[in-house]
Amino acid sequence: MLNLIIILVKIAVVISIALLHVAYASYFERKVIGHMQVRMGPMEVGWHGLLQPIADGIKLLFKEDIIPANADRHVFMIAPMICFFGAMSSIVVVPFFGSFKIGAYTVGGSLADLNIGLLFILAMSSLGAYGVILSGWASNSKYAFLGSLRSSAQVISYEVAMGLSLIGVIMLSGSLNLSDIVEAQASAWPLGWYAVPQFPGFAIFCIAALAETNRTPFDLPEAESELVAGYFAEYSGFRFALFFMAEYMGMFIMAAVAVACFLGGWNPVPGLGWIFPPGVWWFLVKVYVLFFIYFWVRSTLPRYRYDQLMALGWKFMIPISLANIILTGLWKVVF
Amino acid sequence: MLPKLFFFYFAAMITGLSVLVVTRKNPVHSVLWMLLLFFNIAGLYLFLNAEMIAIIQVIVYAGAILVLFLFVVLLLDLKKEIAGEQYTDIWSIAVSLVAGLFLLVIITFQAFEIADSEPVMLSDLGQPDAIGRMLYTEYLFPFEITSVILLVAIIGAIVLAKRKLKE
Amino acid sequence: MPGSYIPTNYLPVLIIFIIASCFGLVMLTIGNFLRLRRPYPEKLSPYESGMPPVGEPRYRFDVKFYVIAMLFVVFDVETVFLYPWAVAYDKIGLFAIVEMFLFISVLLVGYAYAWKREAFNWE
Repeated sequence: MLNLIIILVKIAVVISIALLHVAYASYFERKVIGHMQVRMGPMEVGWHGLLQPIADGIKLLFKEDIIPANADRHVFMIAPMICFFGAMSSIVVVPFFGSFKIGAYTVGGSLADLNIGLLFILAMSSLGAYGVILSGWASNSKYAFLGSLRSSAQVISYEVAMGLSLIGVIMLSGSLNLSDIVEAQASAWPLGWYAVPQFPGFAIFCIAALAETNRTPFDLPEAESELVAGYFAEYSGFRFALFFMAEYMGMFIMAAVAVACFLGGWNPVPGLGWIFPPGVWWFLVKVYVLFFIYFWVRSTLPRYRYDQLMALGWKFMIPISLANIILTGLWKVVF
Repeated sequence: MLPKLFFFYFAAMITGLSVLVVTRKNPVHSVLWMLLLFFNIAGLYLFLNAEMIAIIQVIVYAGAILVLFLFVVLLLDLKKEIAGEQYTDIWSIAVSLVAGLFLLVIITFQAFEIADSEPVMLSDLGQPDAIGRMLYTEYLFPFEITSVILLVAIIGAIVLAKRKLKE
Repeated sequence: MPGSYIPTNYLPVLIIFIIASCFGLVMLTIGNFLRLRRPYPEKLSPYESGMPPVGEPRYRFDVKFYVIAMLFVVFDVETVFLYPWAVAYDKIGLFAIVEMFLFISVLLVGYAYAWKREAFNWE
């Protein structure tokens, strides 16, 4: 019973932080991109626009929920929830800090310390493809349908590369448990980060993560200038907010996987351990650096063309990650 | 008691959802119910202490094969599909046939005798580590054959699609 | 044996599944009391740059999408074979590398064929 209460409290804390994080990641994005374009970003609501995300949330709650005529009503209503479900449930295996003991009770660093944690995230993120393709189909709109087709083909193409890029990490750590992977890195050569020995894997993972979360330069499904908003063109009000939250939650999950698998998780940056001991702060700092890179990439790079996107995924990333697997295998056998 | 309850829950859900999958008129709805169905099957695997199998069930069936189904369904002309009759005329014959077969299965099950020995819990067999060691030593040959089957799948898909393009 | 084992460490997963699927419903139900609803035919028609919609929105798309989905299934299955291998190969040794090398090279034949037949090209 006590265990159940502790689990519930942990879930409540993590979910509320995650939702706040989603709101403020959008604020962070608008501020960062604003300043990169020599603008101020949101300034009106609260001090330096700090209450802007909350105002946005309330506004979306009050907005009319339009369901287009001829839409498949049930599928239309369920699709954003599938997207949100896939993004939200992945958070259960994210390792925030190393587990420690208080008396007889062990405080786990993640909500559920699963042996197959990494695969759990991959499985849940593949659910996003359903939300996307079903929303486009159900809207009964040309823009939405084209956007959803493009997006689903893109997401499944890059999912292969993403899965393959993580194999090297699994080989080095010998585990699919994210906490174990973080701990295995502590002794990894030379930084305690797999990003160094697994450099090709890390690069492929980052590119695939951008494509999986539909971020620039791979934001073709949403391509404002050609497809109005792609698969969620017909969505309004809180259903749109669900897509929006799913995207930012997905970005958080991908950043968390990158931090856990390649950047040493909750362990401090080498040489900076004297500032803070290992803990959740290091994890969050690394995640936020990656978030900054998401936004930096967005304000720097132009969008890919669709044929370039598919060619990059299938002709470049898959062969490189396969070669990376074989090389990692040989490396570990030889040394 | 609790595990039994969960087993009955999953069994009921799997049966019910399968019925929903085959009776929906709109194939897209069928695919959605099937998604839920695959998650329930994965849950059943979890209760057999086979988390690796459960997650593969979700990744391969829910994450890949069902997406392909969805593409194929969208490739169909759904308008005609939905406008047509849901059941064929001979459904009464089909139902009685299936009921007869089901009865046969039940009768056959009556004849089964469960051995006296205690059921053995294959404790770690569903874990990634154990599966890896089994698959890549004991079952090496079937594993290598799989690659040939996958090769055939690639070639088949491309040959079929390219032929269609030429038409 | 069904009915004798409980995967207790999946309890948080179950709870978060429930929360994640209810969150949207709850928020939409709350919004239901707050938001306006004033539909009229123009508002409900799909967006097509301000013009009345023309033609069939759910057109039949290019067979290429289907080829990509098919190739995805094949490569996804291949990746799934790699996960347990990556966990266990350390205990099997060089032999594991050789067999996986064989597996991947057979698939590379198919990959090369797909490349040659321009399945990855998108005009």
